Amino acid sequence: MERRTFLKIGAGTAGAMLVPVFGNAIAAEEMLTAMPVAAKKALADVALNAATKAGASYCDVRIGRYLNQYIITRDLNVENVTNTESAGVGVRVVCNGAYGFAATNDMTPDGIAGAARQAVAIAKANAKLQSEPVRLAPVKGVGDVAWATPIVKDWRTVPIKEKAELLIAANKAGMDAGASFMQSMLFQVNQQKYFASTDGSYIDQDLQRLWAPFSATAVDKASGKFRSRNGLSTPVGMGYEYLDARKEDKIKAAGGVATLYTKSYDIIEDARAAGRDAKRKLTAKSVTPGKYDLMLSPEHLYLTIHESVGHPTELDRVLGYEANYAGTSFATLDKWESKKFNYGSPLVNIVADKTTPGSLGNVGYDDEGVKTKRWDIIKDGVLVSYQATRDQAHIIGKEESDGCSYADSWSNVQFQRMPNVSLQAGKKKLTPDEMVKDIKKGIYIVGEGSFSIDQQRYNFQFGGQLFYEIKDGKVGQMLEDVAYQSNTQDFWNACTAICDERDWRMGGSFFDGKGQPPQISIVSHGSSTTRFNGINVINTARKIG
Amino acid sequence: MTILTQEQTKHICDRALSFSKADECSVAVTGSRNGNIRFARNQVSTAGLADDTSISVTVAFGKRQGTAVINEFDDKSLEKVVRRAEDLARLAPENPEFMPAVAKQDYKASQTFSAKTAAIDPDFRAQTAAYAIEACKKNKLVAAGFFTDGTSFSSVANSNGVYGHQEQTGLDFTCTVRTEDGRGSGWVKRSATDANRFDAREAADVAIEKALRSVDAKALEPGRYTVILEPAATSELLGYMLFGFDARQTDEGRSFLSKKGGASRLGDKLFDQQVNIWADPWNPDVPVLPWDTDNLIARKRMDLIKDGKVNALNYSQYWARKKGVQPTATPGNIIMAGTDKSTAELIANTKKGVLVTRTWYIRMVDPQSVLLTGLTRDGTFYIENGKIKYPIKNFRFNESPVTMLNNIEEIGKPVVIGGDEVPFQMLIPPMKVRDFNFTSLSDAV
Repeated sequence: MERRTFLKIGAGTAGAMLVPVFGNAIAAEEMLTAMPVAAKKALADVALNAATKAGASYCDVRIGRYLNQYIITRDLNVENVTNTESAGVGVRVVCNGAYGFAATNDMTPDGIAGAARQAVAIAKANAKLQSEPVRLAPVKGVGDVAWATPIVKDWRTVPIKEKAELLIAANKAGMDAGASFMQSMLFQVNQQKYFASTDGSYIDQDLQRLWAPFSATAVDKASGKFRSRNGLSTPVGMGYEYLDARKEDKIKAAGGVATLYTKSYDIIEDARAAGRDAKRKLTAKSVTPGKYDLMLSPEHLYLTIHESVGHPTELDRVLGYEANYAGTSFATLDKWESKKFNYGSPLVNIVADKTTPGSLGNVGYDDEGVKTKRWDIIKDGVLVSYQATRDQAHIIGKEESDGCSYADSWSNVQFQRMPNVSLQAGKKKLTPDEMVKDIKKGIYIVGEGSFSIDQQRYNFQFGGQLFYEIKDGKVGQMLEDVAYQSNTQDFWNACTAICDERDWRMGGSFFDGKGQPPQISIVSHGSSTTRFNGINVINTARKIG
Repeated sequence: MTILTQEQTKHICDRALSFSKADECSVAVTGSRNGNIRFARNQVSTAGLADDTSISVTVAFGKRQGTAVINEFDDKSLEKVVRRAEDLARLAPENPEFMPAVAKQDYKASQTFSAKTAAIDPDFRAQTAAYAIEACKKNKLVAAGFFTDGTSFSSVANSNGVYGHQEQTGLDFTCTVRTEDGRGSGWVKRSATDANRFDAREAADVAIEKALRSVDAKALEPGRYTVILEPAATSELLGYMLFGFDARQTDEGRSFLSKKGGASRLGDKLFDQQVNIWADPWNPDVPVLPWDTDNLIARKRMDLIKDGKVNALNYSQYWARKKGVQPTATPGNIIMAGTDKSTAELIANTKKGVLVTRTWYIRMVDPQSVLLTGLTRDGTFYIENGKIKYPIKNFRFNESPVTMLNNIEEIGKPVVIGGDEVPFQMLIPPMKVRDFNFTSLSDAV
């Protein structure tokens, strides 16, 4: 059997990425219509009543309409414009102490009632195999409420032509500055999610997200060498205003080696810089392997936080539910219970949240109808909590869910997914340029590169986009072939300085995979530029043939 | 039941094509029914069934293309979906690299369907999970796993007279078995088109044995070792490398197959003489559709690596026209030649080495050399004088599959392994490889 449908984006082996394609293709104009809230409520009540009548002790219904628009360009051509829509209903019940879930795209009262009864039948069958009944932490019904991503400009109202022209202009800027090839993309998401439960909640949410990645590749045919530099933007929980670049949202990297972006992004300026950087990478100095003090920018560090703190503190992984796929976790319950497990140095404070505006995780309520919040995961270096959903809260003595349940579609069951997990800014005033001053032998890394970590989240290896030598307190020449390898606990305990809140910003992932069948989630991670002492750096250059 | 017959889909395709007023029209009618069961901590966690049937219509006016999809098949719906595709095409930007729909193709059927797989029901799935769970409970072990099966059909047609219809089935089973104290972990993966070739007990026993044998792993110094790589340890590495067998990327100078001065390595001996890798839609172990679903070009046997030489590259329609060659269908499977030797025989012939069950979290570090990093997982053992001596801690590797395929000492008997992050069905042998580069130790079990 061949694999499910993937959209292959990116250039060949270099930046190739396979992304799942959801839903059916529709016209852009059809995206602007929406189902009236009253109609959604009526349908939800049909499911709640049918499930309760069939014997469910709890039921939640998610009516979803998921819209995506992808624009893909290569050099000066638009390769593909795709609009997709997927709509349907997912019904989850608890009956006889077990879960049941069924989904349908038949959005008639009969279709929805049928799905609810099927979910109850599945729960009854699963109950026979269940050794412990499902225990849901209480949630108070909120009645009829609505929440929407705070946006200024809805991407659905911006003409495709205008968006395609922006990408082509970025590609042109990159090629004019030295790139042999450019590839740029615009991913735009609107999720219309209606949640209702037998707890008495009817929650209507309208979510928007956006991501504009690109890759600039420089080729030197004489030497046979090629190098790429990807964009330094981040995916955001914002509207199209993210792409209306504002001067006040630009900051200079330490030593002025790059321009970085906060609340808006200048894709043309970054593409121009990328074309220049890709060309410079062809002749940059190959790193000498050894121990270095690393200075990691937020555009890079977000992914290290994601892999080494975000995933290991997912409670389902800790308990073994993900053992067959993503793996388990070194951050076991005994370490948390001891209240003295030094995950990192005392400077390290890591907070989970789904409330930061502009972040990918930001929603009003999670997919179990729990109001979102913010909580500590690591406090002064010590592991103090995990990420827990309603059915997990009691395991770690919590009286309420953390509000981090998520399903990537109406057709998939919701489960524990990573909220935003962020490193808090340093409390002492410190800028990246000041941080450099007392580093004798170091490397400054900007942007994300290759990433790999073991199934219990001990041993990891990360690359980056831009590497600069730091010598005797100064940012120096560009380096290439850099990757660092460390162990999670060693690494976070080697954290010796964190820049203050003026430097704090978020990076994020649009395609975080978990579960079987796999589901994709979105998550942001904030930090300021941070220093880690004595980390092992390897040289990744190899010769073949 | 969403599996439509050939007569039904032929009628749907013909009707849809008849509604098109565009310069050209291509349609694909697809349907699938997928069942699954997931278990963890020795109990079933979720079980599900999903049906999906739809028709996708792509039309073009000049170099403007549009696609629309619908899941209803009456005349009114078919006309609607064609009109919607036409509307989208009229609004679409012109694509300078647009290529017209292919001419009539000759699709020779492949055996992608098994009645036994199509008949898999919830009891079969529950029984598969139960074997693993019960055997683990008996051995004081903890099972987690996932079984999924699917039956599907694919019908394709275009306004140049192309038509194809075929049914497919498949199953995948993975199971991770851990000791209660978390000090040992084993794993198994089985993939098949035909459920007659799947034995849940045999599979679970492999994972159980690996878990029991992997307790109390010793730490070896990282470095270069002779390794015996089971098929699940190399399948993803080979898949990553084969993404680079693309003529356009190579000619543009951005593939590991590009070389100094702008030429390509096509025809160069880049691998050990024993290496032969090809794609063949009719292979009975890993049959795939006899057409490329993206461009509808008929698949043929394609020898990618022959006697260690780079023998063929993929040509998109656009690049083929530019270079004056025939375009290729993208392979759906990957087959590597082997011998009749079992993994046990490879171990018996090894003085000192490391046996690797699988590799995991593989990412490209440098596309210039296809340098990949990743880790061993769920069963890594030290071999001495032809025998497995003791379990060892997992390693991180930094290695290029090109180097790996140059350092082959011995090859075993190919087995079927489904892709994880790469989209191929594969038939890959275990391999004994010298100087495999382990760069650090991992504490993960």
